[in-house]
Amino acid sequence: MSTPLLEVVDLRTVFHTTRGDVRAVDGVSFSLMAGETLGLVGESGSGKSVLGRSVMGLITNGATTTVSGQVLLEGTDVHALKPSARRKLWGPAVAMVFQDPMTSLNPVKRVGTHLTETLRRHLRCSRSEATERAVDLLRQVGIPEPARRLAQYPHELSGGMRQRVVIATALACDPRLLIADEPTTALDVTVQKQILDLLGSLVAERNMAMLLVSHDLGAVAGRTDRVQVMYAGRTVESGETRPVFAAPEHPYTEALLASIPQLSHPPHTVLRAIEGNPPDMARPPAGCRFAPRCGRVGEDCTDVLPMLSVVLGPSQREGRREVACHHPVLTDPVLTEELGHGR
Amino acid sequence: MLAPEPVIVRRRDTRAVLLVTGLLLLAAGSALAVWASGTTVLVTLVRMLVLVAGILAAIAGLGRLARAARGKPVDVVFWLAMAWLVLILGAAALAPWLPLGNHDDSVAGLTAPIFAPPGGLGADHPLGTNNYGLDVLARAVFGARTSILVALLAVLIGTVVGGLVGMVSGFVRGTTDRVVGVLSNALLAVPPLILLIALGTVLDPSIRSIAFALSLLTIPSMVRLARANTITVAQREYVLAARALGANRMRLLLREVLPNVVLPVLSLAVVMISVLVVAEASLSFLGIGIEQPTPTWGNMIAEGQGGVMEENPFIVVVPGICLFLTVFSFNLLGERAQKRWDPRSAKL
Repeated sequence: MSTPLLEVVDLRTVFHTTRGDVRAVDGVSFSLMAGETLGLVGESGSGKSVLGRSVMGLITNGATTTVSGQVLLEGTDVHALKPSARRKLWGPAVAMVFQDPMTSLNPVKRVGTHLTETLRRHLRCSRSEATERAVDLLRQVGIPEPARRLAQYPHELSGGMRQRVVIATALACDPRLLIADEPTTALDVTVQKQILDLLGSLVAERNMAMLLVSHDLGAVAGRTDRVQVMYAGRTVESGETRPVFAAPEHPYTEALLASIPQLSHPPHTVLRAIEGNPPDMARPPAGCRFAPRCGRVGEDCTDVLPMLSVVLGPSQREGRREVACHHPVLTDPVLTEELGHGR
Repeated sequence: MLAPEPVIVRRRDTRAVLLVTGLLLLAAGSALAVWASGTTVLVTLVRMLVLVAGILAAIAGLGRLARAARGKPVDVVFWLAMAWLVLILGAAALAPWLPLGNHDDSVAGLTAPIFAPPGGLGADHPLGTNNYGLDVLARAVFGARTSILVALLAVLIGTVVGGLVGMVSGFVRGTTDRVVGVLSNALLAVPPLILLIALGTVLDPSIRSIAFALSLLTIPSMVRLARANTITVAQREYVLAARALGANRMRLLLREVLPNVVLPVLSLAVVMISVLVVAEASLSFLGIGIEQPTPTWGNMIAEGQGGVMEENPFIVVVPGICLFLTVFSFNLLGERAQKRWDPRSAKL
């Protein structure tokens, strides 16, 4: 097997606040090959966005933040670099697409300026070359009349068009890794699909790796190779997307999937929401973080923190599957049956 | 079903009606004002009231005429103010090349009549002369030159220095921010006039040093405004997005933050001009600003001290009106600018 493009080893991001240390990311590991798409899913406050930004190095060691563990991007540790060297990675090696296209473009700068500034800084090309490339980029992200758009201001474009511009700026320097932080959350459903399709085709064309951060399971399901489910700063389950969603092992993944309304449900079916809220990350519960909300909680769950380990069970056949649970859904049939009887 | 909205029926004046009433008001108002300014029949107080009423009527008449011409209401006061600004700034800029009388050569003034009353257009001294025989119109125009130059220079220094310091401190935060905060609060805590008088005793009374002293008044508020705006802008996602594309702090500050901060800072700067015109006038009135015989509106008004004003009111009235109209006009302009560019109302 070749070396992965991105390797994250035991990444921890801790914010030192007045309330105490908040462990936003608490020991997450994964690796990503070129051309591969990894989905990071989890509800709000599960540490997905902080993870994305820590991977990129936008969040790094500082007065109020401690990042430990390793982020190896093409073999170099992002967090061990000097800030100026790290900035050189941003753009050509790794780029980010942000959540809200309404706020991630500067309202006083023209669309073209957003693109050409980045191009000229990193590629050191002339103004006319940069403009030419900018037109080309806008065409690649499916913006009609690209030459005319360059002179327009962000407020003159629709949300979907703006997100395409954001994607074009992120792609300006041909990054090997694209981190998409909730790229469709602020968009209409129909536009969401277009943007996800666009990202998918761009990743395939350019043989990029993509980290797709989203709380939208539907967005992740169709367009990622592998998926990593996050809860309270930790990975609870990871594996190939299709089997994970078809047969979840972790009760949290199962509950997340069950909470999606289905078209096949009869009208007025009560939505199966997950009771409660994610834990306070300044004071996480001892033992499994999900235990207070879990339907399969046992006695050991509240004492011992379950570690991520390879599952040996029915789901093993379809790729490597890891889960952090004392009582996984499929491989702990005893408890499953007990609970089944109880229902 | 929604009820149809009540339509407010308003009598629409036809163009002809507007034109006629406008002309009548304008004519009557100006006639009243001219009569009131020249008459000796009335007591001074009543004369002034009639004069103001006449001017207001004339402005209302102009408003109607403008509405008749444009077909929609026009803010006549604003445009009159802008016209005044253009006039006074143009006159101040071109003063040395205008056919004006003697404004500061008191030796040459020995041969001219002193306290000559205003002679009107075409006379040797359209607005009269002062006690040195210097031409009041020429002094008012050259006074505008000094007053406005000092104010503009001070605002320029204050805006550039205050704006940059505020932006940097709002962007960097931390210790720099705290030090800047303490310093600007300290400057704000000193009463401005006392600070100016203290500086006036130390510095020589030249245009440059007066501008420097006045700029110290603008810097703290500029710092505050720039800092507050920078803090809100710096938290925006587009700054993070630019950072994520490898922009360094200098570039973030200049290319992302500065264009968003510059408009509110500039609109405060316009308001500051009028404040500083008044401040400069106060200093020169007190005798610690620009010294005679170089004219400024402040020291021209000071010439009216010691019974001069009772005998020759035009000595004080001419610079007073110039000062009033200029400050009023800059204020209107500043208010307009702030309304337009205030970040609180802007939908970014």
